[in-house]
Amino acid sequence: MLADALGPRGRRRVRLVSVGAMAVIAAVLVIAFRRLADTGQLDAARWEPLTEGAVIRFLLNGLLATLQVASVAMALAMVIGAALALGRLARTPVLRLVAGAYVEFFRGFPLLLLVLFAGLALPKYGLDLPVFWYLVLALVVYNSAILGEIFRAGILSLDKGQTEAAHALGFSYWQAMLTVVVPQAARRMVPAIVSQLITLLKDTSLGFVIAFPELLRRARNTGEFYQNPLQSYFAAALLYILVNLVLSRVARRLEIRQRRRYGAGAITVAGAEDLTVTAVQAEAANPRARSRRAPASRSQWTRWNTWWWPAARPAQR
Amino acid sequence: MGVVVDNAGQYLAGMAMTVALTLVSFSAALVIGTVVAAFRVSPVPPLRTAGTLWVETVRNTPLTVLMVLFFFGFTKLGIQYSAFTSAVIVLSAYTSTFVAETVRSGINAVAKGQAEAARSLGLTFPQVLGRVVLPQAFRTVLAPLGSVFIALIKNSSIASIISVVELTEVADRLNNETARPVAVFLGAGMAYLLLTLPSGFLVGVLERRVAIKR
Repeated sequence: MLADALGPRGRRRVRLVSVGAMAVIAAVLVIAFRRLADTGQLDAARWEPLTEGAVIRFLLNGLLATLQVASVAMALAMVIGAALALGRLARTPVLRLVAGAYVEFFRGFPLLLLVLFAGLALPKYGLDLPVFWYLVLALVVYNSAILGEIFRAGILSLDKGQTEAAHALGFSYWQAMLTVVVPQAARRMVPAIVSQLITLLKDTSLGFVIAFPELLRRARNTGEFYQNPLQSYFAAALLYILVNLVLSRVARRLEIRQRRRYGAGAITVAGAEDLTVTAVQAEAANPRARSRRAPASRSQWTRWNTWWWPAARPAQR
Repeated sequence: MGVVVDNAGQYLAGMAMTVALTLVSFSAALVIGTVVAAFRVSPVPPLRTAGTLWVETVRNTPLTVLMVLFFFGFTKLGIQYSAFTSAVIVLSAYTSTFVAETVRSGINAVAKGQAEAARSLGLTFPQVLGRVVLPQAFRTVLAPLGSVFIALIKNSSIASIISVVELTEVADRLNNETARPVAVFLGAGMAYLLLTLPSGFLVGVLERRVAIKR
Protein backbone atom coordinates (compact mmCIF):
# COMPACT_ATOMS: atom_id res chain seq x y z
CA MET A 1 0.00 0.00 0.00
CA LEU A 2 2.95 2.26 0.52
CA ALA A 3 3.41 2.36 -3.22
CA ASP A 4 0.28 4.47 -3.34
CA ALA A 5 1.32 6.92 -0.66
CA LEU A 6 3.05 10.16 -1.54
CA GLY A 7 6.73 10.50 -1.05
CA PRO A 8 8.26 13.44 0.81
CA ARG A 9 8.54 15.48 -2.36
CA GLY A 10 4.95 14.75 -3.33
CA ARG A 11 3.72 15.73 0.12
CA ARG A 12 5.72 18.94 -0.04
CA ARG A 13 4.21 19.82 -3.39
CA VAL A 14 0.69 19.10 -2.21
CA ARG A 15 1.31 21.35 0.77
CA LEU A 16 2.63 24.09 -1.50
CA VAL A 17 -0.35 23.91 -3.84
CA SER A 18 -2.69 23.80 -0.83
CA VAL A 19 -1.25 27.02 0.52
CA GLY A 20 -1.56 28.64 -2.91
CA ALA A 21 -5.15 27.49 -3.31
CA MET A 22 -6.02 28.69 0.17
CA ALA A 23 -4.50 32.09 -0.61
CA VAL A 24 -6.60 32.38 -3.78
CA ILE A 25 -9.78 31.33 -1.95
CA ALA A 26 -9.05 33.79 0.86
CA ALA A 27 -8.47 36.57 -1.68
CA VAL A 28 -11.79 35.83 -3.37
CA LEU A 29 -13.56 35.90 0.01
CA VAL A 30 -11.91 39.17 0.97
CA ILE A 31 -12.90 40.77 -2.34
CA ALA A 32 -16.47 39.51 -1.93
CA PHE A 33 -16.75 40.89 1.58
CA ARG A 34 -15.18 44.18 0.52
CA ARG A 35 -17.77 44.42 -2.22
CA LEU A 36 -20.57 43.63 0.22
CA ALA A 37 -19.29 46.17 2.72
CA ASP A 38 -18.61 48.91 0.15
CA THR A 39 -22.11 48.68 -1.26
CA GLY A 40 -23.63 48.72 2.20
CA GLN A 41 -25.03 45.21 1.92
CA LEU A 42 -23.49 44.14 5.21
CA ASP A 43 -25.26 46.92 7.12
CA ALA A 44 -27.19 45.63 10.07
CA ALA A 45 -30.28 47.48 8.84
CA ARG A 46 -30.49 45.18 5.83
CA TRP A 47 -30.13 41.96 7.75
CA GLU A 48 -32.15 42.93 10.80
CA PRO A 49 -35.60 42.35 9.24
CA LEU A 50 -34.60 38.71 8.70
CA THR A 51 -34.21 38.27 12.45
CA GLU A 52 -37.66 39.58 13.29
CA GLY A 53 -40.16 36.98 14.43
CA ALA A 54 -42.85 38.15 12.00
CA VAL A 55 -40.53 37.97 8.99
CA ILE A 56 -39.18 34.58 9.98
CA ARG A 57 -42.72 33.30 10.40
CA PHE A 58 -43.65 34.79 7.03
CA LEU A 59 -40.77 33.02 5.28
CA LEU A 60 -41.26 29.75 7.13
CA ASN A 61 -44.93 29.77 6.14
CA GLY A 62 -43.67 30.14 2.58
CA LEU A 63 -41.45 27.10 3.11
CA LEU A 64 -44.48 25.28 4.48
CA ALA A 65 -46.47 26.15 1.34
CA THR A 66 -43.54 24.91 -0.75
CA LEU A 67 -43.48 21.63 1.14
CA GLN A 68 -47.25 21.27 0.86
CA VAL A 69 -47.24 21.79 -2.88
CA ALA A 70 -44.33 19.39 -3.23
CA SER A 71 -45.93 16.62 -1.17
CA VAL A 72 -49.37 16.85 -2.75
CA ALA A 73 -47.89 17.01 -6.26
CA MET A 74 -45.50 14.14 -5.53
CA ALA A 75 -48.27 11.90 -4.18
CA LEU A 76 -50.51 12.53 -7.19
CA ALA A 77 -47.66 12.26 -9.70
CA MET A 78 -46.63 8.90 -8.25
CA VAL A 79 -50.13 7.47 -8.68
CA ILE A 80 -50.43 8.73 -12.26
CA GLY A 81 -46.83 7.77 -13.01
CA ALA A 82 -47.51 4.22 -11.84
CA ALA A 83 -50.58 4.05 -14.06
CA LEU A 84 -48.52 5.36 -17.00
CA ALA A 85 -45.77 2.81 -16.46
CA LEU A 86 -48.25 -0.06 -16.27
CA GLY A 87 -49.99 1.35 -19.33
CA ARG A 88 -46.76 1.45 -21.33
CA LEU A 89 -46.03 -2.14 -20.40
CA ALA A 90 -49.60 -3.37 -20.91
CA ARG A 91 -50.48 -5.84 -23.63
CA THR A 92 -53.24 -3.68 -25.06
CA PRO A 93 -51.77 -1.62 -27.93
CA VAL A 94 -54.13 1.31 -27.31
CA LEU A 95 -53.02 1.63 -23.70
CA ARG A 96 -49.37 1.44 -24.73
CA LEU A 97 -49.86 4.10 -27.36
CA VAL A 98 -51.74 6.54 -25.13
CA ALA A 99 -49.36 6.18 -22.18
CA GLY A 100 -46.32 6.34 -24.46
CA ALA A 101 -47.55 9.47 -26.22
CA TYR A 102 -48.28 11.19 -22.89
CA VAL A 103 -44.84 10.42 -21.49
CA GLU A 104 -42.88 11.36 -24.61
CA PHE A 105 -44.87 14.54 -25.04
CA PHE A 106 -44.66 15.96 -21.54
CA ARG A 107 -41.14 14.78 -20.76
CA GLY A 108 -39.73 17.14 -23.35
CA PHE A 109 -41.78 20.10 -22.14
CA PRO A 110 -40.20 22.79 -19.99
CA LEU A 111 -42.10 22.86 -16.71
CA LEU A 112 -42.33 26.66 -16.77
CA LEU A 113 -44.43 26.47 -19.92
CA LEU A 114 -46.85 24.10 -18.17
CA VAL A 115 -47.02 26.34 -15.11
CA LEU A 116 -47.81 29.36 -17.28
CA PHE A 117 -50.37 27.37 -19.21
CA ALA A 118 -52.09 26.15 -16.03
CA GLY A 119 -52.04 29.58 -14.44
CA LEU A 120 -53.04 31.63 -17.48
CA ALA A 121 -55.05 29.38 -19.79
CA LEU A 122 -57.13 27.27 -17.46
CA PRO A 123 -58.90 30.18 -15.69
CA LYS A 124 -59.89 31.46 -19.10
CA TYR A 125 -61.60 28.21 -19.90
CA GLY A 126 -63.73 28.29 -16.80
CA LEU A 127 -61.57 26.14 -14.55
CA ASP A 128 -61.51 28.37 -11.50
CA LEU A 129 -59.22 26.94 -8.84
CA PRO A 130 -57.01 28.34 -6.12
CA VAL A 131 -53.49 29.06 -7.45
CA PHE A 132 -52.24 26.18 -5.31
CA TRP A 133 -53.96 23.69 -7.59
CA TYR A 134 -52.72 25.28 -10.82
CA LEU A 135 -49.18 24.84 -9.59
CA VAL A 136 -49.88 21.30 -8.38
CA LEU A 137 -51.50 20.44 -11.70
CA ALA A 138 -48.51 21.60 -13.75
CA LEU A 139 -46.09 19.77 -11.46
CA VAL A 140 -48.17 16.59 -11.60
CA VAL A 141 -48.46 16.58 -15.38
CA TYR A 142 -44.70 16.96 -15.85
CA ASN A 143 -43.51 14.76 -13.01
CA SER A 144 -45.93 11.93 -13.71
CA ALA A 145 -44.27 11.60 -17.12
CA ILE A 146 -40.80 11.46 -15.56
CA LEU A 147 -41.91 9.13 -12.75
CA GLY A 148 -43.65 6.95 -15.33
CA GLU A 149 -40.28 6.51 -17.02
CA ILE A 150 -38.58 5.75 -13.71
CA PHE A 151 -41.20 3.13 -12.86
CA ARG A 152 -40.99 1.58 -16.28
CA ALA A 153 -37.21 1.40 -16.11
CA GLY A 154 -37.48 -0.13 -12.64
CA ILE A 155 -39.90 -2.80 -13.80
CA LEU A 156 -37.83 -3.59 -16.89
CA SER A 157 -34.67 -3.85 -14.80
CA LEU A 158 -36.09 -6.89 -13.05
CA ASP A 159 -34.99 -10.30 -14.28
CA LYS A 160 -37.43 -11.84 -16.75
CA GLY A 161 -37.30 -15.10 -14.85
CA GLN A 162 -39.44 -13.55 -12.15
CA THR A 163 -42.38 -13.04 -14.50
CA GLU A 164 -41.83 -16.41 -16.14
CA ALA A 165 -41.80 -18.18 -12.79
CA ALA A 166 -45.00 -16.43 -11.78
CA HIS A 167 -46.66 -17.43 -15.06
CA ALA A 168 -45.45 -21.00 -14.61
CA LEU A 169 -47.20 -21.03 -11.22
CA GLY A 170 -50.42 -20.06 -12.97
CA PHE A 171 -50.48 -16.34 -12.16
CA SER A 172 -52.32 -14.15 -14.62
CA TYR A 173 -50.53 -11.16 -16.23
CA TRP A 174 -51.82 -8.68 -13.68
CA GLN A 175 -51.36 -11.04 -10.74
CA ALA A 176 -47.74 -11.57 -11.74
CA MET A 177 -47.20 -7.87 -12.31
CA LEU A 178 -48.77 -6.65 -9.08
CA THR A 179 -47.73 -9.38 -6.63
CA VAL A 180 -44.33 -10.41 -8.01
CA VAL A 181 -42.77 -7.77 -10.25
CA VAL A 182 -43.89 -4.43 -8.82
CA PRO A 183 -43.00 -5.13 -5.16
CA GLN A 184 -39.45 -6.05 -6.16
CA ALA A 185 -39.05 -3.29 -8.71
CA ALA A 186 -40.34 -0.70 -6.23
CA ARG A 187 -37.26 -1.15 -4.05
CA ARG A 188 -34.94 -0.41 -6.92
CA MET A 189 -36.80 2.77 -7.73
CA VAL A 190 -36.68 4.33 -4.29
CA PRO A 191 -33.43 6.31 -4.76
CA ALA A 192 -34.56 7.63 -8.13
CA ILE A 193 -37.90 8.62 -6.65
CA VAL A 194 -36.29 10.54 -3.79
CA SER A 195 -34.02 12.23 -6.29
CA GLN A 196 -36.99 13.23 -8.43
CA LEU A 197 -38.63 14.57 -5.27
CA ILE A 198 -35.67 16.94 -4.88
CA THR A 199 -36.16 18.18 -8.43
CA LEU A 200 -39.88 18.63 -7.81
CA LEU A 201 -39.21 20.53 -4.62
CA LYS A 202 -36.86 22.88 -6.45
CA ASP A 203 -39.41 23.27 -9.23
CA THR A 204 -42.14 24.44 -6.84
CA SER A 205 -40.27 27.75 -6.92
CA LEU A 206 -41.86 28.26 -10.36
CA GLY A 207 -45.04 29.09 -8.44
CA PHE A 208 -43.26 32.45 -8.29
CA VAL A 209 -44.45 33.30 -11.83
CA ILE A 210 -48.15 32.69 -11.12
CA ALA A 211 -48.06 34.54 -7.79
CA PHE A 212 -48.40 31.52 -5.55
CA PRO A 213 -47.07 32.57 -2.12
CA GLU A 214 -44.38 29.90 -1.72
CA LEU A 215 -40.92 30.51 -0.30
CA LEU A 216 -39.42 32.37 -3.27
CA ARG A 217 -42.44 34.61 -3.76
CA ARG A 218 -42.43 35.49 -0.08
CA ALA A 219 -38.72 36.21 -0.19
CA ARG A 220 -39.43 38.65 -2.99
CA ASN A 221 -42.17 40.30 -0.93
CA THR A 222 -39.78 40.64 1.98
CA GLY A 223 -37.08 42.01 -0.27
CA GLU A 224 -39.39 44.60 -1.75
CA PHE A 225 -40.82 45.66 1.59
CA TYR A 226 -37.53 46.06 3.42
CA GLN A 227 -35.48 47.08 0.36
CA ASN A 228 -33.15 44.13 0.88
CA PRO A 229 -33.64 41.77 -2.10
CA LEU A 230 -30.12 40.35 -1.86
CA GLN A 231 -30.51 39.35 1.78
CA SER A 232 -34.04 38.00 1.34
CA TYR A 233 -33.22 35.86 -1.69
CA PHE A 234 -30.12 34.69 0.12
CA ALA A 235 -32.25 33.53 3.06
CA ALA A 236 -34.60 31.71 0.70
CA ALA A 237 -31.69 30.01 -1.05
CA LEU A 238 -30.33 28.91 2.31
CA LEU A 239 -33.65 27.31 3.28
CA TYR A 240 -33.89 25.47 -0.04
CA ILE A 241 -30.33 24.22 0.28
CA LEU A 242 -30.96 22.98 3.81
CA VAL A 243 -34.02 20.94 2.85
CA ASN A 244 -32.47 19.60 -0.34
CA LEU A 245 -29.19 18.65 1.30
CA VAL A 246 -31.06 16.43 3.72
CA LEU A 247 -33.05 14.85 0.89
CA SER A 248 -30.01 14.31 -1.33
CA ARG A 249 -28.14 12.64 1.53
CA VAL A 250 -31.10 10.29 1.90
CA ALA A 251 -31.18 9.60 -1.83
CA ARG A 252 -27.48 8.86 -1.90
CA ARG A 253 -27.59 6.56 1.12
CA LEU A 254 -30.48 4.62 -0.36
CA GLU A 255 -28.72 4.32 -3.70
CA ILE A 256 -25.50 3.04 -2.17
CA ARG A 257 -27.34 0.54 0.00
CA GLN A 258 -29.30 -0.67 -2.96
CA ARG A 259 -26.15 -1.19 -4.98
CA ARG A 260 -24.57 -3.18 -2.20
CA ARG A 261 -27.62 -5.37 -1.87
CA TYR A 262 -28.67 -5.99 -5.43
CA GLY A 263 -25.66 -4.85 -7.39
CA ALA A 264 -28.19 -3.11 -9.60
CA GLY A 265 -27.41 0.13 -11.39
CA ALA A 266 -29.24 3.34 -10.73
CA ILE A 267 -32.24 4.21 -12.83
CA THR A 268 -31.77 7.25 -15.02
CA VAL A 269 -34.11 9.11 -17.29
CA ALA A 270 -32.96 11.19 -20.24
CA GLY A 271 -33.43 14.91 -19.72
CA ALA A 272 -33.64 14.70 -15.94
CA GLU A 273 -30.44 16.12 -14.53
CA ASP A 274 -30.79 15.18 -10.85
CA LEU A 275 -31.41 11.55 -11.71
CA THR A 276 -28.19 11.45 -13.67
CA VAL A 277 -26.37 12.82 -10.68
CA THR A 278 -27.71 10.34 -8.14
CA ALA A 279 -26.57 7.53 -10.38
CA VAL A 280 -23.22 9.22 -10.69
CA GLN A 281 -22.71 9.74 -6.97
CA ALA A 282 -23.55 6.17 -6.19
CA GLU A 283 -21.03 5.07 -8.74
CA ALA A 284 -18.35 7.24 -7.24
CA ALA A 285 -19.14 5.81 -3.83
CA ASN A 286 -19.21 2.23 -4.99
CA PRO A 287 -17.60 1.75 -8.40
CA ARG A 288 -17.32 -2.00 -7.96
CA ALA A 289 -20.99 -2.58 -8.48
CA ARG A 290 -20.67 -1.37 -12.01
CA SER A 291 -17.29 -2.50 -13.17
CA ARG A 292 -17.09 -5.74 -11.18
CA ARG A 293 -13.35 -5.41 -10.89
CA ALA A 294 -11.20 -6.51 -8.00
CA PRO A 295 -12.35 -4.90 -4.77
CA ALA A 296 -10.76 -1.53 -4.22
CA SER A 297 -9.56 -1.36 -0.68
CA ARG A 298 -9.16 2.39 -0.68
CA SER A 299 -11.66 5.13 -1.07
CA GLN A 300 -11.82 6.81 -4.43
CA TRP A 301 -10.00 9.93 -3.57
CA THR A 302 -7.09 8.25 -1.88
CA ARG A 303 -6.65 6.38 -5.10
CA TRP A 304 -6.48 9.70 -6.87
CA ASN A 305 -4.24 11.03 -4.25
CA THR A 306 -1.50 8.83 -5.51
CA TRP A 307 -1.41 10.36 -8.95
CA TRP A 308 -0.22 13.70 -7.99
CA TRP A 309 3.36 13.31 -8.97
CA PRO A 310 5.38 10.44 -10.34
CA ALA A 311 6.58 8.14 -7.62
CA ALA A 312 9.58 9.69 -5.97
CA ARG A 313 10.91 6.39 -4.77
CA PRO A 314 10.41 2.74 -5.59
CA ALA A 315 7.43 0.92 -4.16
CA GLN A 316 7.85 -0.63 -0.76
CA ARG A 317 5.89 -3.50 0.59
CA MET B 1 -52.98 27.05 -34.55
CA GLY B 2 -53.44 30.09 -36.76
CA VAL B 3 -51.78 32.24 -34.14
CA VAL B 4 -48.65 30.13 -34.30
CA VAL B 5 -48.45 30.25 -38.09
CA ASP B 6 -49.05 34.00 -38.16
CA ASN B 7 -46.27 34.56 -35.66
CA ALA B 8 -43.87 31.94 -36.96
CA GLY B 9 -41.17 34.60 -37.20
CA GLN B 10 -41.35 35.32 -33.48
CA TYR B 11 -41.30 31.63 -32.67
CA LEU B 12 -38.22 31.13 -34.83
CA ALA B 13 -36.49 34.07 -33.17
CA GLY B 14 -37.42 32.59 -29.79
CA MET B 15 -36.04 29.23 -30.80
CA ALA B 16 -32.82 30.84 -31.99
CA MET B 17 -32.49 32.55 -28.61
CA THR B 18 -33.16 29.30 -26.76
CA VAL B 19 -30.52 27.55 -28.87
CA ALA B 20 -28.05 30.38 -28.28
CA LEU B 21 -28.64 30.30 -24.51
CA THR B 22 -28.27 26.53 -24.44
CA LEU B 23 -25.13 26.31 -26.57
CA VAL B 24 -23.25 29.14 -24.88
CA SER B 25 -24.22 27.99 -21.40
CA PHE B 26 -23.40 24.36 -22.11
CA SER B 27 -19.95 25.20 -23.47
CA ALA B 28 -19.19 27.26 -20.37
CA ALA B 29 -20.69 24.59 -18.11
CA LEU B 30 -18.51 21.92 -19.71
CA VAL B 31 -15.37 23.91 -18.97
CA ILE B 32 -16.35 24.91 -15.41
CA GLY B 33 -17.74 21.46 -14.67
CA THR B 34 -14.58 19.70 -15.83
CA VAL B 35 -12.39 22.00 -13.76
CA VAL B 36 -14.60 21.44 -10.69
CA ALA B 37 -14.48 17.67 -11.26
CA ALA B 38 -10.68 17.87 -11.47
CA PHE B 39 -10.69 19.85 -8.21
CA ARG B 40 -12.80 17.20 -6.54
CA VAL B 41 -10.44 14.36 -7.43
CA SER B 42 -7.22 16.30 -6.83
CA PRO B 43 -5.09 15.51 -3.78
CA VAL B 44 -5.20 19.15 -2.62
CA PRO B 45 -7.67 19.41 0.30
CA PRO B 46 -8.69 23.08 -0.16
CA LEU B 47 -9.50 22.47 -3.83
CA ARG B 48 -11.51 19.37 -2.99
CA THR B 49 -13.48 21.28 -0.38
CA ALA B 50 -14.09 24.19 -2.71
CA GLY B 51 -15.32 21.84 -5.44
CA THR B 52 -17.67 20.01 -3.10
CA LEU B 53 -19.07 23.25 -1.69
CA TRP B 54 -19.71 24.62 -5.18
CA VAL B 55 -21.54 21.50 -6.30
CA GLU B 56 -23.60 20.99 -3.16
CA THR B 57 -24.76 24.57 -2.76
CA VAL B 58 -25.48 25.47 -6.37
CA ARG B 59 -27.10 22.15 -7.25
CA ASN B 60 -29.46 22.27 -4.28
CA THR B 61 -30.69 25.80 -4.98
CA PRO B 62 -33.60 26.04 -7.42
CA LEU B 63 -32.57 27.57 -10.73
CA THR B 64 -35.33 30.16 -10.35
CA VAL B 65 -33.81 31.32 -7.06
CA LEU B 66 -30.33 31.56 -8.60
CA MET B 67 -31.77 33.54 -11.49
CA VAL B 68 -33.53 36.17 -9.37
CA LEU B 69 -30.73 36.25 -6.81
CA PHE B 70 -28.22 37.04 -9.50
CA PHE B 71 -30.32 39.38 -11.58
CA PHE B 72 -32.17 41.29 -8.86
CA GLY B 73 -29.91 40.70 -5.85
CA PHE B 74 -26.39 41.09 -7.24
CA THR B 75 -27.24 44.42 -8.87
CA LYS B 76 -27.10 45.77 -5.32
CA LEU B 77 -23.42 44.82 -5.34
CA GLY B 78 -22.92 46.73 -8.54
CA ILE B 79 -22.71 43.44 -10.48
CA GLN B 80 -24.93 44.19 -13.41
CA TYR B 81 -25.10 42.50 -16.79
CA SER B 82 -27.62 42.37 -19.59
CA ALA B 83 -30.44 39.87 -19.20
CA PHE B 84 -28.86 37.50 -21.74
CA THR B 85 -25.43 37.57 -20.11
CA SER B 86 -26.97 37.09 -16.67
CA ALA B 87 -29.01 34.15 -17.90
CA VAL B 88 -25.91 32.57 -19.44
CA ILE B 89 -23.93 33.05 -16.23
CA VAL B 90 -26.64 31.52 -14.06
CA LEU B 91 -27.41 28.65 -16.43
CA SER B 92 -23.71 27.79 -16.81
CA ALA B 93 -23.15 27.90 -13.06
CA TYR B 94 -26.15 25.68 -12.39
CA THR B 95 -25.40 23.22 -15.19
CA SER B 96 -21.70 23.08 -14.30
CA THR B 97 -22.57 21.25 -11.07
CA PHE B 98 -24.33 18.49 -13.00
CA VAL B 99 -21.51 18.31 -15.52
CA ALA B 100 -18.97 18.09 -12.67
CA GLU B 101 -20.75 15.16 -11.04
CA THR B 102 -21.12 13.38 -14.36
CA VAL B 103 -17.48 13.87 -15.35
CA ARG B 104 -16.37 12.74 -11.90
CA SER B 105 -18.22 9.47 -12.35
CA GLY B 106 -16.54 9.06 -15.72
CA ILE B 107 -13.15 9.61 -14.12
CA ASN B 108 -13.90 6.99 -11.50
CA ALA B 109 -14.96 4.54 -14.17
CA VAL B 110 -11.61 4.66 -15.99
CA ALA B 111 -9.57 1.57 -15.15
CA LYS B 112 -7.11 2.14 -12.34
CA GLY B 113 -4.27 0.67 -14.40
CA GLN B 114 -4.50 3.54 -16.88
CA ALA B 115 -3.59 6.08 -14.24
CA GLU B 116 -0.95 3.85 -12.73
CA ALA B 117 0.65 3.28 -16.10
CA ALA B 118 0.63 7.00 -16.84
CA ARG B 119 2.14 7.75 -13.47
CA SER B 120 4.85 5.18 -13.88
CA LEU B 121 5.77 6.79 -17.19
CA GLY B 122 6.52 9.94 -15.25
CA LEU B 123 3.45 12.03 -15.97
CA THR B 124 2.36 14.53 -13.34
CA PHE B 125 -1.17 14.67 -11.94
CA PRO B 126 -2.40 17.33 -14.38
CA GLN B 127 -0.88 15.34 -17.25
CA VAL B 128 -2.35 12.06 -16.05
CA LEU B 129 -5.76 13.64 -15.75
CA GLY B 130 -5.69 15.75 -18.90
CA ARG B 131 -4.01 13.37 -21.31
CA VAL B 132 -4.89 9.91 -20.16
CA VAL B 133 -7.93 9.84 -17.90
CA LEU B 134 -10.23 12.66 -19.02
CA PRO B 135 -10.28 11.73 -22.73
CA GLN B 136 -11.44 8.25 -21.75
CA ALA B 137 -13.78 9.56 -19.07
CA PHE B 138 -15.62 11.83 -21.51
CA ARG B 139 -16.28 8.97 -23.86
CA THR B 140 -17.90 6.92 -21.08
CA VAL B 141 -20.23 9.66 -19.90
CA LEU B 142 -21.52 10.87 -23.26
CA ALA B 143 -25.06 9.66 -22.61
CA PRO B 144 -25.43 11.26 -19.15
CA LEU B 145 -23.90 14.48 -20.52
CA GLY B 146 -26.48 14.40 -23.31
CA SER B 147 -29.14 14.09 -20.64
CA VAL B 148 -27.76 17.17 -18.89
CA PHE B 149 -27.80 18.99 -22.24
CA ILE B 150 -31.46 18.18 -22.86
CA ALA B 151 -32.33 19.26 -19.32
CA LEU B 152 -30.51 22.54 -20.07
CA ILE B 153 -32.65 23.16 -23.16
CA LYS B 154 -35.70 22.91 -20.92
CA ASN B 155 -34.10 24.88 -18.09
CA SER B 156 -33.26 27.76 -20.42
CA SER B 157 -36.98 28.61 -20.29
CA ILE B 158 -36.35 30.03 -16.82
CA ALA B 159 -34.43 32.88 -18.45
CA SER B 160 -37.87 34.26 -19.35
CA ILE B 161 -38.23 35.28 -15.69
CA ILE B 162 -35.61 37.96 -16.31
CA SER B 163 -37.22 38.79 -19.69
CA VAL B 164 -34.79 37.16 -22.09
CA VAL B 165 -36.91 36.80 -25.20
CA GLU B 166 -36.57 33.07 -25.75
CA LEU B 167 -39.34 30.60 -26.59
CA THR B 168 -41.23 30.72 -23.31
CA GLU B 169 -41.11 34.50 -23.18
CA VAL B 170 -42.30 34.67 -26.80
CA ALA B 171 -45.25 32.44 -25.88
CA ASP B 172 -46.02 34.47 -22.77
CA ARG B 173 -46.01 37.74 -24.72
CA LEU B 174 -48.07 36.32 -27.59
CA ASN B 175 -50.56 35.06 -25.05
CA ASN B 176 -50.88 38.54 -23.62
CA GLU B 177 -51.43 40.00 -27.09
CA THR B 178 -53.74 37.43 -28.60
CA ALA B 179 -55.37 35.82 -25.56
CA ARG B 180 -55.20 32.42 -27.26
CA PRO B 181 -53.27 30.51 -24.60
CA VAL B 182 -53.87 26.95 -25.80
CA ALA B 183 -52.53 27.47 -29.32
CA VAL B 184 -49.75 29.77 -28.20
CA PHE B 185 -48.36 27.52 -25.46
CA LEU B 186 -48.85 24.36 -27.47
CA GLY B 187 -46.88 25.97 -30.29
CA ALA B 188 -44.03 26.75 -27.93
CA GLY B 189 -44.18 23.23 -26.52
CA MET B 190 -43.87 21.79 -30.02
CA ALA B 191 -40.93 24.07 -30.71
CA TYR B 192 -39.21 22.69 -27.58
CA LEU B 193 -39.89 19.14 -28.74
CA LEU B 194 -38.32 20.09 -32.08
CA LEU B 195 -35.16 20.92 -30.12
CA THR B 196 -35.14 18.15 -27.49
CA LEU B 197 -36.06 15.15 -29.64
CA PRO B 198 -33.31 15.65 -32.29
CA SER B 199 -30.83 16.36 -29.49
CA GLY B 200 -31.66 13.02 -27.93
CA PHE B 201 -31.22 11.38 -31.31
CA LEU B 202 -27.87 13.10 -31.96
CA VAL B 203 -26.57 12.06 -28.55
CA GLY B 204 -27.53 8.50 -29.39
CA VAL B 205 -25.63 8.63 -32.70
CA LEU B 206 -22.59 10.24 -31.08
CA GLU B 207 -22.63 7.64 -28.35
CA ARG B 208 -22.64 4.75 -30.79
CA ARG B 209 -19.70 6.34 -32.61
CA VAL B 210 -17.30 7.08 -29.80
CA ALA B 211 -18.57 5.78 -26.48
CA ILE B 212 -16.73 3.08 -24.58
CA LYS B 213 -19.09 0.63 -22.97
CA ARG B 214 -17.92 -0.47 -19.56
